[in-house]
Amino acid sequence: MMSDQPLIGQPISRLEGHLKVTGTAKYAGEYNVPGLLYGYVINSTITKGKISSINTKIAKALPGVIEVFTHENRPSLAWFDMQYSDMDAPPGSPFRPLHTADIKYNGQPIALVVAETFELARYAASCVEIKYTEEPFSTDLKENIDKARAPQPGLATFLKPLPPKPKGDFEKAYNDSFAKASGEFYHGTEHHNPLELFSTTTIYEGQGKLTIYDKTQGTINSQLYVGNIFGLHFKDVRVIAPYVGGGFGSGLRPQYQLFLSVMAALELKRPVRVTLERNQMYTFGHRPPTIQNTRFGADANGKITALNHSAIAETSQFEDYTEVVVNWSNMLYPAENTLMEYKLVPLDVYSPLDMRAPGGSTGSHAIESTMDELAYKLNIDPIELRLINYAETDTSVGRPYSSKELRQCFIQGAEKFGWSNRNPEPRSMRRGNKLVGYGMATGIWESMQLPARAEAILTKEGKLLVSSAVTDIGTGTLTVMTQIAADELGLPLADVTFSYGDSKMPFAPIQGGSFTVSTVGSAIKAAGKALRKKLFKKAKDIKNSPLKGTDLEDVVFKNGDIISKNNPALRVSFQDILALNKGAIKTTNTSLPKAFKLKKYSRAAHSAAFVEVEVDEQLGVVTVTRSLTAVAAGNIINPKTARSQILGGMVWGISKALREETITDYKLGKYMNQNLAEYHIPVHADLHDMDVIFVEEKDEIINELGSKGVGEIGIVGMPPAIANAIFHATGKRINQFPIHFDSLL
Amino acid sequence: MNNFNYTKAQNVEEAISLIRATEGSQFVAGGTNLIDLLKYNITQVDALVDVNHIAGYHTIEENQENGLRLGALVTNADTAYHPLIEERYPVLSKAILAGASAQIRNMATNGGNLLQRTRCYYFYDVHTPCNKREPGSGCSAIKGYNRIMAIMGTSESCIAVFPSDMCVALAALDAVVHISGPEGERSLAFADFHRLPGDTPYLDNNLEYGEIITSIDLPAKGFSTNYSYLKLRDRSSYAFALVSVATGLELEGDLIKVARIALGGLAHKPWRVKEAEDFLRDKTPTVENFAVAADIILQGAKVYQYNSFKVELAKRAIIRNGIMALHPESQLPGAQPSA
Ligand SMILES: Cc1cc2nc3c(=O)[nH]c(=O)nc-3n(C[C@H](O)[C@H](O)[C@H](O)COP(=O)(O)OP(=O)(O)OC[C@H]3O[C@@H](n4cnc5c(N)ncnc54)[C@H](O)[C@@H]3O)c2cc1C
Ligand code: SF4
Repeated sequence: MMSDQPLIGQPISRLEGHLKVTGTAKYAGEYNVPGLLYGYVINSTITKGKISSINTKIAKALPGVIEVFTHENRPSLAWFDMQYSDMDAPPGSPFRPLHTADIKYNGQPIALVVAETFELARYAASCVEIKYTEEPFSTDLKENIDKARAPQPGLATFLKPLPPKPKGDFEKAYNDSFAKASGEFYHGTEHHNPLELFSTTTIYEGQGKLTIYDKTQGTINSQLYVGNIFGLHFKDVRVIAPYVGGGFGSGLRPQYQLFLSVMAALELKRPVRVTLERNQMYTFGHRPPTIQNTRFGADANGKITALNHSAIAETSQFEDYTEVVVNWSNMLYPAENTLMEYKLVPLDVYSPLDMRAPGGSTGSHAIESTMDELAYKLNIDPIELRLINYAETDTSVGRPYSSKELRQCFIQGAEKFGWSNRNPEPRSMRRGNKLVGYGMATGIWESMQLPARAEAILTKEGKLLVSSAVTDIGTGTLTVMTQIAADELGLPLADVTFSYGDSKMPFAPIQGGSFTVSTVGSAIKAAGKALRKKLFKKAKDIKNSPLKGTDLEDVVFKNGDIISKNNPALRVSFQDILALNKGAIKTTNTSLPKAFKLKKYSRAAHSAAFVEVEVDEQLGVVTVTRSLTAVAAGNIINPKTARSQILGGMVWGISKALREETITDYKLGKYMNQNLAEYHIPVHADLHDMDVIFVEEKDEIINELGSKGVGEIGIVGMPPAIANAIFHATGKRINQFPIHFDSLL
Repeated sequence: MNNFNYTKAQNVEEAISLIRATEGSQFVAGGTNLIDLLKYNITQVDALVDVNHIAGYHTIEENQENGLRLGALVTNADTAYHPLIEERYPVLSKAILAGASAQIRNMATNGGNLLQRTRCYYFYDVHTPCNKREPGSGCSAIKGYNRIMAIMGTSESCIAVFPSDMCVALAALDAVVHISGPEGERSLAFADFHRLPGDTPYLDNNLEYGEIITSIDLPAKGFSTNYSYLKLRDRSSYAFALVSVATGLELEGDLIKVARIALGGLAHKPWRVKEAEDFLRDKTPTVENFAVAADIILQGAKVYQYNSFKVELAKRAIIRNGIMALHPESQLPGAQPSA
């Protein structure tokens, strides 16, 4: 039975949770079919140059080895760069696996061994003899900043705008300012490391037809990619991503295991699975190392007059990957004089790739640490400084916010955290031989919406089926979409099934950027609405319908009935409608963002992160003892899954500030810690008291759900809040992430 | 990883003869290190001889010198939680629990722990020069990213660290390693078990090919009143030590009668300096005295581009751990270093 309460807003547990924790949920690399072949990828061991020879004879001669694919014997494939492109491709020329003998980066896939077992394929790979001619390379951003240049604009700049033009006269305003704060910030390469390994199982169905189980954040993205490269009809390529064991951006672009598995399956006309090992996950996208410089100036009252934020980031030699790093400070702080710069240095690495809060978490590190420094220069409480400079409108583009309850984040967050207990003096608070520090920072993340389609069907049995090609990367998409659909038709959760993760279902874009709820949720709402309308019309068409003469606005849908609001005795049940209908009742709808209306507003989720650290005074060891993030992200569809998203983001914030780094040896041009033992992400012992508050935020503009998405906002404010807390504890400002404890000795 | 034969040995003699029967074979115990090495193609074997089923080495028992004998096949977890270890050698228990993860400790054996290989990044990447993996190919770490590398006892050919926590405590306790081999049985003092790299960095220790570790003896002195193990690393658990210290003190009134200080994360073997321990004899256990001992221990440190912090960190760790040894009750398992 359903209650009168809507399901939206309720903390419903993940519907697939049981399947996941019992190991029943199947992932892309777990589909077994008779005759399945296994591919093992060989990666380049040099950083730049050419393959001068590749000898596969010994490998091929091993019984059970079916084929070794290299650039020399690969099938002929699409000609044009464009055909290798995908929904998340930056401007440039996408990497083509096995295209030529050229080596562009260390770890580049150069051959695929296909054999009857995985173990054999792996062994055979070690028998392939490869000779290279090496060329000089560079992979060190810091050593190559003289090569920094403006990024090429392209399609990607639509979602990731380049920096706004300078305003006023920054240099003069900065020179004239009463208080100045500045800094240089750096973080190195980081890798996504989702727990699920990258894997694709391609089933060859005959006659150019394929069913593909892929680890991806976009089934249709993979479908288009495969169709274009291999010259297949899109309808013959079905990509399924039933469960995705984390993505964090790594699945936003089709990765090379997809290409190789499809290529081998088509060539051999057999099912082929290619699974990448953990270390091979370090051979494609990553968060790019970035150097940032800031200079902020304020008047004696704390009003910020001048903002300068410059960033230099790594990209590959073949694509101009960009992210929004420097656009945020003027969205948060309404200064009149601004100078924002963003440049790229192409290096001999693979193209960087969106990684949770790409750009935002990078930029906020510099912006919010500089704000903290400025607060000290002015002798103003850091929250007070942010309130003095509170942007009621987004001055970077001169538009109001569709909604913005950041002030409440500060107030409620500070209250619950106990910010008032903070003595601002660095090194003034302690517990035994630990220095205690409180730090805070603001977070911001743009709320986007893209077009999507969804289908809604009322079955003969009166159950609701909704579907979309969207994936669920572990965020709770299945649960949330089911809630939205159920509410639209007034049905209990148990009567609603959401199907997803299949390219043959209605279009959805890649799942990223925190735009899934607003994008796919809106499509589902639209499809649900259309179905409502259809049902209502059919209800009225019934002979002697009790609802004759009523309007759609005058009825409620509840528990399988359409009921007049004025007289609840007047009702038509879904069963009545279905009895007169021949079969199921179906609608498919597109939801498009209301571009005209939306254009007039800036739209963003906000947060305030509060952190307490303890720093061992002699040994430098840092513990994040308490943290709290207050979030304003519009309507929260499911507080439980939303809270998990924020907590996950906060854990990642701890990771970014204190733990994770891809260690690069620039002399060798390669990553050295390609495993989860040496790539340090937080363990349970690193995590202590963590809390999340969602402040109430009404937004009637953003989309019909009034919801902004919470996938990334949790990570944005944490890292600088930690750095600021460490400064408060120790008096040391360490601007390089991760902060190694020995830098505090 | 290549194909290899696999056999289970039923007793020590069989294990030794199986190993000698196939050149390029190795013993496997918990497999937590060896299997990784095989998968990464760092080690190739023609045969694995599984020693887990050899009877007689799965227990912890009193030995004749009022100490304990640890069977080589007892797991690290069972050793750490053994009541006699917790009671009489708590520093060993603490050290083991500071290492690896619960899952790994459940598999890892005491014999295998002594023989685990370095975590040097370059050693683990078969496509980089490494004298330990491929003698004569060069050392990538000396001029590479050497944050985790050694500062004591290094050589021109290798600056790797021996990564064990357990062995740091065993060194402090003056353990004795019992070995059986084709020539019969022998034992090695713990200090003589592991080697410095010198110009033979491919040799981690003095075990000969075909020899098997059967047990480890702990002498009577267990420092169960005043002890501490401190591990400093890049995350709170499941990370190797940048610096670790095992300290055992025997006090008489205000004075130290016996001091043991062994360090991990600094060298190719657990690091002990007799002069420092001698200095502490008949001194009070104060910050000042531990500081002098620390200076003596770190004399001759040679630092590299990214690991110079280890000198100061090690000194502070020695001092802190000396003071912590006075209050061992403050050390909960896995606790962060505290007062
Ligand atoms: C991710 C990870 C993290 C870790 N972190 C830590 C840490 O923080 N601290 C720490 O101390 N350790 C750590 N370890 C190492 C762990 O303690 C060792 O892998 C383990 O102790 C090895 O024991 P085993 O029985 O599994 O040895 P195996 O892997 O079976 O064997 C290792 C070697 O010992 C030989 N061998 C085994 N038993 C005998 C015997 N009885 N006689 C002769 N030769 C023998 C084998 O031939 C092989 O060469 C970590 C390991 C991993 C994988
Ligand atoms: S330090 Fe030793 S193990 Fe590391 S690369 Fe050099 S020789 Fe190899």
